Amino acid sequence: MEHAHTLQLYGTAGVRYNVEAMTRSDVQLMLDVKAGDEASFNLLLQKYRTPLVNFLYRMVRNTATAEDLAQEVFLRVYRARKQYSPSAKFTTWLFRIATNLALNSLRDNRYRQMDVSIDAPVEEDATPLQLPARELRIDEKMIERDRSEFIRRAIAALPEKQRVAVLLHKYEEMDYGEIAKILECSESALKSLLFRAYETLRVQLAPLVSQPVQHRAGEGRPS
Amino acid sequence: MKKCEEVSKQLIAYLDRRANSAERHEVEEHLAACSVCHERAEDFRKLWGVLDEVPLVEPSLGFDSRIRARIAEEPRRGWLGWLVPQPRLAFAMTLLLALSVWMANLPREGSAAGTEQQDFEAIKDLGVLENYDVLSKFDALSEVPVDAAPADQQAQPVNPAVDQQPATEE
Repeated sequence: MEHAHTLQLYGTAGVRYNVEAMTRSDVQLMLDVKAGDEASFNLLLQKYRTPLVNFLYRMVRNTATAEDLAQEVFLRVYRARKQYSPSAKFTTWLFRIATNLALNSLRDNRYRQMDVSIDAPVEEDATPLQLPARELRIDEKMIERDRSEFIRRAIAALPEKQRVAVLLHKYEEMDYGEIAKILECSESALKSLLFRAYETLRVQLAPLVSQPVQHRAGEGRPS
Repeated sequence: MKKCEEVSKQLIAYLDRRANSAERHEVEEHLAACSVCHERAEDFRKLWGVLDEVPLVEPSLGFDSRIRARIAEEPRRGWLGWLVPQPRLAFAMTLLLALSVWMANLPREGSAAGTEQQDFEAIKDLGVLENYDVLSKFDALSEVPVDAAPADQQAQPVNPAVDQQPATEE
């Protein structure tokens, strides 16, 4: 996880900042923010804005909403700085806030859709992407959308908890203990959750899994 | 050998290399014997490669400035902030102060007219006022000068003020 963030940081921000961010732990940075150091907050902002926006975008599938939610996450972190105590990893706290905000946003949006039309999909969680005639549907989708969009849709169609688990495991490379804390479940339950999620994705993305991958990276590991 | 269902819980940790050696051994033993799980494990590896194809979304250019602007709008603690650390407490204290000022400006209950009326209300129903003898004795005593009153008249126990007259008059 640290390595991935380092690469992103060098692509988006100044080198001096990145080195400084790497040499001080997140907890130390947050403690400095608590002590009134605004520059440390900026370091955390630079380090986590891209992972947060991407996590939220994969959750809500709307860039504007994802950015608004990411802003809200950082604002809540800032507001809670005086009460901060390093009882858990900073990322656990950060992504727990983000997860709660994303889930609330999805639920609010769902209620709005219900107001607009009674035909709108109500229980996204209850049914993981229905594909009655899988190959025909996938062929149609592949014509309409590119591979990335198809993958994003498959992830978005996962039940909420499975989606969060996959995003944190696959893209944020969090360990099981950290993800379990965010989802408030046991590690054993998380492993079952992840298995079911990847099994669903394996079925939904079968045409892509069976053909050569275009930009394969980190084969054998989540990234 | 473990069943497929039991191995499924360990499979992800095996593939992402977070399983311990005992778990790894159990999964490998199962995969060597179960073609279905073996195929699934291979597909999971390929699936992770497929998921990597999704490009990252970059935050908009104004992201940092927007959050800094919002933070700048956050209320800051001035010197008064140390006295009043919580907004709710500050509100409660202000409310209490306003209530005190309002109560202090209420009309006083001890005005002359109000007192007389209250005194009358308090005694008008007393049975003693209906006793003509007592009332008449009160009137007589109040009209007689203290110096000139005979000793036997001053000895009436009805008026305590009269009882306390000095005994030098005898």
